[in-house]
Amino acid sequence: MEIVKTKNLTFDYIRRDEDGNVEGITTAVDNVSLSVKPGEFIAILGHNGSGKSTLAKHINAILFPTEGTVFVDGMDTNDDKNLWDIRKTAGMVFQNPDNQIIGQVVEEDVGFGPENMGVPTDEILERVAESLKAVGMYEFRKKSPNRLSGGQKQRVSIAGVLAMHPKCIVLDEPTAMLDPIGRKEVIRAVTALNMVEKITIILITHYMNEIVGADRVFVMDKGHIAMEGTPREIFSRVEELKALRLDVPQVTSCAHELKKRGLNIPDGILTEAELVEALKNVYHS
Amino acid sequence: MSIIVNHLTYRYNEGTPMESVAVDDVSFKIEDGEFIGLIGHTGSGKSTLVQHLNGILKPTSGSVYYDGRDVFDGDFDLKVLRSNVGLVFQYPEHQLFETDVFSDVCFGPKNLGLSKKETELRAYKALKLVGIEDDFFYQSPFDLSGGQKRRVAIAGVLAMEPKVLVLDEPTAGLDPKGRDDLLLSLKQVKEETGCTIVLVSHSMEDVALYADRIIVMNHAKIVYDDTPVNVFRHYDKLKEMGLGVPEITSAMYKLRAAGFDVPTDIITVNDAVDAIMKIMRA
Repeated sequence: MEIVKTKNLTFDYIRRDEDGNVEGITTAVDNVSLSVKPGEFIAILGHNGSGKSTLAKHINAILFPTEGTVFVDGMDTNDDKNLWDIRKTAGMVFQNPDNQIIGQVVEEDVGFGPENMGVPTDEILERVAESLKAVGMYEFRKKSPNRLSGGQKQRVSIAGVLAMHPKCIVLDEPTAMLDPIGRKEVIRAVTALNMVEKITIILITHYMNEIVGADRVFVMDKGHIAMEGTPREIFSRVEELKALRLDVPQVTSCAHELKKRGLNIPDGILTEAELVEALKNVYHS
Repeated sequence: MSIIVNHLTYRYNEGTPMESVAVDDVSFKIEDGEFIGLIGHTGSGKSTLVQHLNGILKPTSGSVYYDGRDVFDGDFDLKVLRSNVGLVFQYPEHQLFETDVFSDVCFGPKNLGLSKKETELRAYKALKLVGIEDDFFYQSPFDLSGGQKRRVAIAGVLAMEPKVLVLDEPTAGLDPKGRDDLLLSLKQVKEETGCTIVLVSHSMEDVALYADRIIVMNHAKIVYDDTPVNVFRHYDKLKEMGLGVPEITSAMYKLRAAGFDVPTDIITVNDAVDAIMKIMRA
């Protein structure tokens, strides 16, 4: 069974004037049908206003479809009685770590979720410890979150979601506010959760080099899924991506230009190592 | 109209057990018309430092000179400084508040005491500079996309026609095209108005492409202050500081390590392509 499945999902933002009359309707997600298998690492790309975040908020039952249905681990988000189970199944991490950290001490913050779920104290302690270890923040457990760097805070946010034992984590631009090392730390932690714990990851980002390790990429435009494929397939379509206000990693862009200038280089070079390999092949042939 | 920062130190919570040094004995000079990239890991003191440039924070010790005068001298009118040095905070769109885009941009110049006509003229010019079309002028700023809101907020500062424009991470959260559009319009603003730009950024790729000078902060101190090419020569040191170099520069190091005779002082994709083609043809 799919962990996330949307069927003809449509969502309208309705603007009203002071008297409650409809002023305008913006369709943020337009007839999207997609499915995600358990354990997949999915990346969602798209320009600002393409509907990525609106789609993501449906997976955590923060928003509900105007039309169509969303199933999370088989549960229909339109059914009120599923609400809490859905939020336990799919956790969400947002852009600004400062908006989602509430505890005075790291371990207290991470324990907040399971405590709210009524998990017994002994088990909360266990879950907090294992979650912090999973994101590499265990040694900071007694520290104040205010004293951490952006990347560390964001990893604490992820641990907080992890402590609720979700099957799926949705991350909405978790690295937008971080410095380069902070970004790497977060992506490494997320990748490890996917590989080791087999947690389904849905990552929304504007940084093209963060999605190189994803299993599948969806590119959104005007509420639709405009492109779908592996990172290599997606990044082979440089011109199309640019038309959708997106970009490719610098290495990919460099390889693409070299190919245009006549070098025999394959499409969709994703990493430095691949570029080196491709150039070696050209050089020796 | 240069800005001189002289032995500036700033301590948060001075005299309490929570005391911490955010900026430690920093000195540099900003000349007219420069495009400076200010980089450093989160918590390195960048934002604290730039808040001194228009007098929001007062140094614990040291001084800031604007146009040859000490801005924290009692006689100096900070209003003059603030109308000449515009500061765009992180997420400036959170500060939009008016009912329509045009009024929002008018707020700054209106407060400078300019006539209605002059105010509106400046607002119009500023919105054009950041690429906001007339159709949006009378829409609520809250109905715009993230990138558009950001540009309207920046127009609000531009309309005050500052001589120095300081932007704290203006591209965070924007899509790649929005990022490129914004940086290009900053470059255009600089060319058209001759103003100085200080860009605080976490993107090595962006500062490599746009800045003509890079200042690197680490643990409250300035560690490098040089041209982009020279700064990014410090590959290992920058990595240690949580920063790194542009992705393409790193790729050039890898190529070199693999035996290709390519230069490593390359910081843009175009230059990399040229360099690789050169050795491939040889």
